[in-house]
Amino acid sequence: MTRWGMVIDTDRCNGCGACVVACAAENNVPWVGEEQAAKGRVMHWLRLERYVEGDFPNVRVRFLPVLCQHCGAAPCEPVCPVYATYHNEEGLNAMVYSRCIGTRFCGNNCPYTVRTFNWFDPEWPEPLDRQLNPEVSRRPAGVMEKCTFCIQRIHEARDRAAGEERELADGDVRPACAQSCPTRAIAFGDRDDPDSEVSRLAATDRAFRLLDDLGTDPAVTYLRGRALAPETGDGDG
Amino acid sequence: MAERPAHATVPSPRTAGSSSVLELVGPSPKLLLGSAVTGLLVLLLFLAWGYQAKNGLGVAGINRPVFWGFYIVNFVFWIGVSHAGTLISAILRVTGAQWRRPLTRCAEAITVFALMIGGLFPLIHMGRPWLFYRMLPLPDYRELWPNFRSPLQWDLVAIFTYLTGSILYLALPLIPDLALLRDRYAGQHPVLARLYRTLALGWRGTHRQWRALDWGIRILAVAIIPVAVSVHSIVSWDFAMTRVPGWKSTIFAPYFVVGAIYSGIAMLLFTMALLRRGLRLERVLTDGVFDKLGLLFVAMSMLWVYFTFSEHLTTWYGGDVAEARVHHELFHGPLSPAFWTMVVVNAIIPLAVLPFRRGRRPLPIALVSLGVVVGMWLERLLIVVPSLSVPRLAYTVGSYAPSPVEIAITVGAVGLFAFLYFGFVQLFPIVSAWEVREGEVEEEEHAREVLAAEEPA
Repeated sequence: MTRWGMVIDTDRCNGCGACVVACAAENNVPWVGEEQAAKGRVMHWLRLERYVEGDFPNVRVRFLPVLCQHCGAAPCEPVCPVYATYHNEEGLNAMVYSRCIGTRFCGNNCPYTVRTFNWFDPEWPEPLDRQLNPEVSRRPAGVMEKCTFCIQRIHEARDRAAGEERELADGDVRPACAQSCPTRAIAFGDRDDPDSEVSRLAATDRAFRLLDDLGTDPAVTYLRGRALAPETGDGDG
Repeated sequence: MAERPAHATVPSPRTAGSSSVLELVGPSPKLLLGSAVTGLLVLLLFLAWGYQAKNGLGVAGINRPVFWGFYIVNFVFWIGVSHAGTLISAILRVTGAQWRRPLTRCAEAITVFALMIGGLFPLIHMGRPWLFYRMLPLPDYRELWPNFRSPLQWDLVAIFTYLTGSILYLALPLIPDLALLRDRYAGQHPVLARLYRTLALGWRGTHRQWRALDWGIRILAVAIIPVAVSVHSIVSWDFAMTRVPGWKSTIFAPYFVVGAIYSGIAMLLFTMALLRRGLRLERVLTDGVFDKLGLLFVAMSMLWVYFTFSEHLTTWYGGDVAEARVHHELFHGPLSPAFWTMVVVNAIIPLAVLPFRRGRRPLPIALVSLGVVVGMWLERLLIVVPSLSVPRLAYTVGSYAPSPVEIAITVGAVGLFAFLYFGFVQLFPIVSAWEVREGEVEEEEHAREVLAAEEPA
């Protein structure tokens, strides 16, 4: 059985933001404009958190791309009264948009605050409206949404592999964020396959998971940064 | 039924028809004006809601991370207020408190209307209220059930149960009074006569009917108490079952129930004071009634202070980082004026005024009650917003300010409550005529017995 997972190397991430843009383009994430963004209504499924480490002059900025962690024990799932968010058999924390009635309980209970809500009907200013992805449904006002691990790409890769009469291989599925990352900081694959890239990376001693002590069992693993410049000697993690 | 000598004295409801309470039923210029003004607020409520439904929830001030705002505050507040009636009146009935007689009806009506408004708010709050039916366990070709693990689903069950129970609990003791009204309006006013005839359910005041009524009220009074307690416990679990710092608390259920009864008594006392003054009910809603209910009020006040103190003391002492951020938000954040106002109106003023007999007279107690009603609303605000505005990942810290739409709907809900109440007062006796009469009869009997016992000596 496949169990999808992601590994993000914080040492490689330079905060360019290509993943955020690629995600929005791939998944028809609505554009909200400055005014709404200032009110905390940005719809991005992936955000770059910026942390400054060390004291001047030995400072270093680190970036943490935060997206839905597809928790194994997801706090958002049990609180939804209508099963609009549920766990699928491949470890994805899936959303059924058409089922959602918009109680926003899942958004409150997500410790990572990665769920977004459609406060208005979505809009895309010219020319963004011409590049909507036909593989991804548009979400109406009143519906919660969040990162899906590009489930449409998983389906497509599986279909292609089936057409070629072979098993799905490691690297067949690449979410938009991973594909667009110029430093290859994001790896995606099957956590149940011990030889997959994600399994190998997640087994290193740099691996950590966000807010792991909450027991949410996230499917996203981060690789902590190696030490800073030798003269400071600190900043590990 | 030894404890109901009223049957003997009141063989037919007609003989009790002289009760002055029944004269209050019917419109008056003052009440009609009240209906008109509050009717405008109801209009405001539905216009604002319509505007929101058309344009999207973005017209409210909620955002990420503060996904819940005024609507949930109002929901918790009104469900809390609903504990005025049914619970208080049920406890007083079960314990046989005689001074309950003039206030039960008034309290039970508060429950029904506050619950209706409380139950409306989840719909206003929803992103897609027209799909509300998906929370109902309807047969579905996909065999998809609602998620019974969700506290919101428990809420739905609890509120429907409580609403059904409290409507029954309001309607049952109303029957003899409705029969009196039916007889009074027979042949006079075709519409009203028909209404009262239908609602009186063929009441004739026979011994069998009184017995059935007596048992019905008793069973409901006992059954409704655990229902009321469970409702606000479940409302608290909408918060306490989550992992949100400041919400995840084991004492939330009893804390919410205590707060609910506290705000309920406050709303009841305030309403009673208005009714007493507006309808000149000084003879029925006596100073003594206010004094007795005031004692219950001060007890609830102390309980509320105790719970609030315990809740904040333990989390503060524990020093958990996430909890400490919520505390900082409460004590020093943008809502800290609300916190300190709440402390003054919910703790300091009631505890300074209510322990004294003069403080429990109708006017001072009405003012204290109004303060507590406002304070309890603020308490709900302070539970909902500060916890949400400081999520665990500091990068998403947010803030919340209500939009005009949210304020209009909040004010409109108060208007809707008053509108329903004004309507009720004009259509039904706001003081239970037969129960008051029964009390009078019992007192007369008692006096006669005492006299009879004294005579031979």
